[in-house]
Formats: sequence, structure tokens, C-alpha cells
Amino acid sequence: MTRYAGNVAAIRDLVRDQEVHRDVYVSEEVFQLEMEHMFPNSWVYVGHDSQVPNPGDYFGTTIGTQPILLVRHTDGTVKVLHNRCPHKGTRITSETCGNAGKFFRCPYHAWSFRTDGSLLAIPLKKGYENTGFEQSHAASGMAPVRHVRNYRGFVFAKINNGGLDFEEFFGESLSSFDNMIDRSPVGQLKVAGGVLRYMHNCNWKMLVENQTDTCHPMVAHESSAGTVVEVWKKAPPGTKKPMAVEIIAPFMSPYEFFENMGIRIWDNGHGHTGVHHSIHSDYSAVPGYFDKMKAAYGEERAKAILGENRHNTVYFPNIMIKGPIQLLRHFKPIAANKTLVESWTFQLVDAPDMLLERTLMYNRLINAPTSIVGHDDLEMYERAQEGLHSNGNEWVNLQRLYSPDEAGQTNVAVNGTSEWPMRHQFRAWTKFMTMGM
Amino acid sequence: MSMVTEAQVKNAIPTDQELIDFLVREARLIDQQRFDEWLDLYADDAFYWMPLEWNQTDPRLTCSLMYEDKLLLSIRVERLKGARTFSQKPKSRCHHVLQTPQVDSRDPAANNYVTWTPMHYIETRMDEQTLYAAWATHHLSVENGRLKIKLKRVDLINCDAAFGNIQLFM
Repeated sequence: MTRYAGNVAAIRDLVRDQEVHRDVYVSEEVFQLEMEHMFPNSWVYVGHDSQVPNPGDYFGTTIGTQPILLVRHTDGTVKVLHNRCPHKGTRITSETCGNAGKFFRCPYHAWSFRTDGSLLAIPLKKGYENTGFEQSHAASGMAPVRHVRNYRGFVFAKINNGGLDFEEFFGESLSSFDNMIDRSPVGQLKVAGGVLRYMHNCNWKMLVENQTDTCHPMVAHESSAGTVVEVWKKAPPGTKKPMAVEIIAPFMSPYEFFENMGIRIWDNGHGHTGVHHSIHSDYSAVPGYFDKMKAAYGEERAKAILGENRHNTVYFPNIMIKGPIQLLRHFKPIAANKTLVESWTFQLVDAPDMLLERTLMYNRLINAPTSIVGHDDLEMYERAQEGLHSNGNEWVNLQRLYSPDEAGQTNVAVNGTSEWPMRHQFRAWTKFMTMGM
Repeated sequence: MSMVTEAQVKNAIPTDQELIDFLVREARLIDQQRFDEWLDLYADDAFYWMPLEWNQTDPRLTCSLMYEDKLLLSIRVERLKGARTFSQKPKSRCHHVLQTPQVDSRDPAANNYVTWTPMHYIETRMDEQTLYAAWATHHLSVENGRLKIKLKRVDLINCDAAFGNIQLFM
């Protein structure tokens, strides 16, 4: 039964000013339409170019549920290809990442492709003579994703030809990437430390929404962060506060802290928490780091860079970055009720190792499948995924601090507990779902 | 009644059997959810390490699933008792199946004994039952006539897989 395919009005009706229909989370049909329309119409994060440093290096990932490859071409540029042999559809690479050498070779029939996807050779080529092969889709090789942008190392791609160009799509929100990258004295990041993979039995949008939900930490994380605070109180006076306590304890900050920290809203579903301060504001200084930053940027600029303490920046549709600790979470949709969360960490090139150590500790303590903080969140998502099947109420409420004139506004900073970012995400969702439908 | 009493090491140098008995007892304390007694098996400067990477050598600049000192382990144990620990309502249960532990190295002069225990670990919660296969490497030493864990390293054979919640201790 189809209710939504080709029915723009029905899709628009799922999102109201202050609430959204449960089908955006539970309907498999809506999920399929997200994969067909919303993700291909958006600029979606692919990977970081430090993952493919040398010609022939590749990294396999997904845009929505479509398998794609990030690859360093022989000319040094970064390409994004559909990871599919044009012959029979076989996924070209078996490993997630590796080096293809000068060309990809399909493991099924040995068709081979240059690292920009173009067809290099086919065995028994004579068999295609006088068949009109040159005019086939297959003859053009592995299909490239046409719209690719490498923004200071972060690679995004858009599958569809329509829609917004890169600058229009992201606008001022790229300042969060800038700040994360500028924290390196040489303005460069490198993927480091390994990726944490965490399977969630819930809809991917629950994770995205949660990145700007500031009314849950002191409730849901009482079990983890609250226990940290309680256990730490029993430490003998004068004990040096461990890095782990510095990282976890701020999750228990009171409502007032989150209200005052502010949220900024940009166009197209992007936004960030922590306009004035955040849970990352009070970390101990890392010896030697500020001096390097000062030498690189001058004192004033170095202070400005490090003074930004943005908490979570959401880039619609499905990543979040944390500038002050160089971390990126990728919420990869698998099904309406299944999401793979990848948490990536970055090293600030030419900065002290202790910064990477803190990044990795944060990732392990907050984002790992073995993290007690992560357990708190996943429990809530899974309960929501089940609870939404109740017919008691078909609508999810996103009304906190709603203002009737908010829809057209952008780049505004508001009360840190507002659900405006979530409402804005759903405005973007409707826009990119129905674009060209 | 304590069904698993803590045995003293009869001499300053533990026998292989005493090492093995200790490891079996550790697993049983976890399975019986006697987490305070379990925590007491760890030295004050102990670490519990679960690598994320196959053959990982560095716990500091490579991410791990767990690399926890005794403070963090005690926070986990306290959390399991919490009234608002929602991911443990209802509680998880677990079960260890150990192969006979092997004593890989004995260094009485350094008071350091290293053991190797292949195991299957099953964690359950509600209708879900999940099986993990792992090797546990223990670094043990004798303190005041009792064996203590200095380091427990748990290498999952699928350490880099995408997992759901792993809530208890392997």
C-alpha cells in the first residue's frame, strides 16, 4: 500500500508547525522516499580526504542507503563513485578501505576502471563488437557522483542534479567546520584513532534531533553522569580532577546552564548548540598548545578560535560535529527502525597528542556501544521507536518555545532549550523530500 | 552465604591452579552480579581494556571500546544499582563459558603473572540474547596474600563490528 509516493500534499501534511506525524519515524514507505528524494537532493557527507591520502586509495561508505566510494584519482583529486560494477551490479570493493593501485577491477568478470570510474578494459572485448555497446550505460564505467565538493578536507556529494549548490545549502553554517579546522596550528585535520560503530534500533532522525535536545541530559543521563558526580564527591579533597570526570560531569548541568548557552539556527536544517558556552568550555588547558596557536595565528586570533565552544553542530541531514574536541558523528540510515552510528575522531595536525587523547577518551566514554552515556540515549530512542506505534496519539510534539514568525528566519541565536532547531530540521526535511517530486 | 569464597594464595608465589581458580571465580562473580566483590579483585591502579582494533597496542592514541581505571569501573558498578538507570530496567544478565585458562608467563621476581582465557560471553536483556567470542588476557599480581588484577584485556574477535549496547562486563 502506498500513501506517500508521488503525493507531495501527503508528505507536507506529515510536518506541522509544532508537531510531526509518527510516520516520519516508523513508515518504511517514508523511509524509502527519503532514500529516493531527500538524501539525493541534499549535500551528504562522504568522508575526509585524509582517509584517502595516496592515489588509488579508496574508502567505501553510503549516501542514504546507496553504496559509494571516495577515491583519490591518479591526478590527485578526490572522486566520489557509485560502488557498483556497470556490468552486473557487483560491489567493486570488498574491504571498506584500501588501495586499488592504478585501477579498480571487478572481482566477478574482471572489468576494470580507472580511479575516476571510466572504463579501462573488458576481457573478450570482441564479444561486444556490433552490439552497440558504446552506447550502453555500462560503457561509461562506474557512475561518478557528479556533484562533489571538498571543503577544507571534508568531502560532500549530491547525487541529484537539481537542488541547491554547495554554498547555498550550507551558508554560514560552515563556520563550525572552519573553527574545528582552525584549531590546528597549521589549519589541517587528519582522521585518527579509529572509528566507533554503534548499531541503533531506531530511526536516524531521532539521533539527529537529539543533538540539539538540551532538556534530556540531566534526566536521561542521571544514571551515568549523575553517578560520576556522586562518586567523584567521595574522592579525597585535593585530588586532581581526572580527564574522564571533566568530560562526563557537565552532562548533569542544570536546565539554566543549557537555557543560557543558546542555540543558533541556520537555513536548511543546520544549527548548533552552545552559542556562549557549552559542556566543552571548562576543560583543562593542554600544555604547550596555546603557545603554538599564538605563534601560528597571533594572540587575538588564537583566543578567538579557542574561545568558540560550540557544543553540537548539526549539518542536515545526517552528521553532527563537535569542534572543540574534533569529533564527527555520522548517522547512517539502514531502515526506518535501524541506524548505524559512526563516530569519527580527528587529530589536529601539529598540536600536542594530549588533544587527540582527550578526543578519543570522549568518544569512548560517550559514543561507544560500551559507553554508559550511550546506553542512556539508545534506551530512550528504542522506547520511542516502540511507543510511536501506539494509536493513542499519532503526533510528536516539538512545540517548546515556538514562535509563529520563526519559519523564515535564519542565523538567529535563541534560548538553548528551544526546539526550534528540530522544527527547522523538519522544514528542511519537507523541502528536500518534495523537491522535484 | 558466599558461595564463592575468596581463597588466599598459600604462598607468595601462586600456583598455576590458584591462578586458574581466581579467573574462574572472577567470571562467576560477574555472572552472579556480585559486582562489588568483583571490583575488589582489581588493584587500585588496575585497568580494564577492551580494544577496538585487532591486535591493538596503544590504548591512548587509538580508540578502545573500554579503557577504564578503577574509578570508572566503580562508576559503572554504582550506576547498575541506580534507581533511574533506565537501560537496566529490566536488568541485563550474562553468562561466561571459559576454556581452561592458560598461564602464559610467570615472573615471581616482578610479581607478574599473565594468563590467557578464551571464552564465550552471552549477554541478555528482555527478549534479546547476544553471543560474543573473546580472549581475556589477565595480568595478575599478589598483594597481601591475595591475587589482584592489574590489567584485564578483552579482545573480541569481532572488535570492529557494529554492536548494540554491551552493558555488563566480559
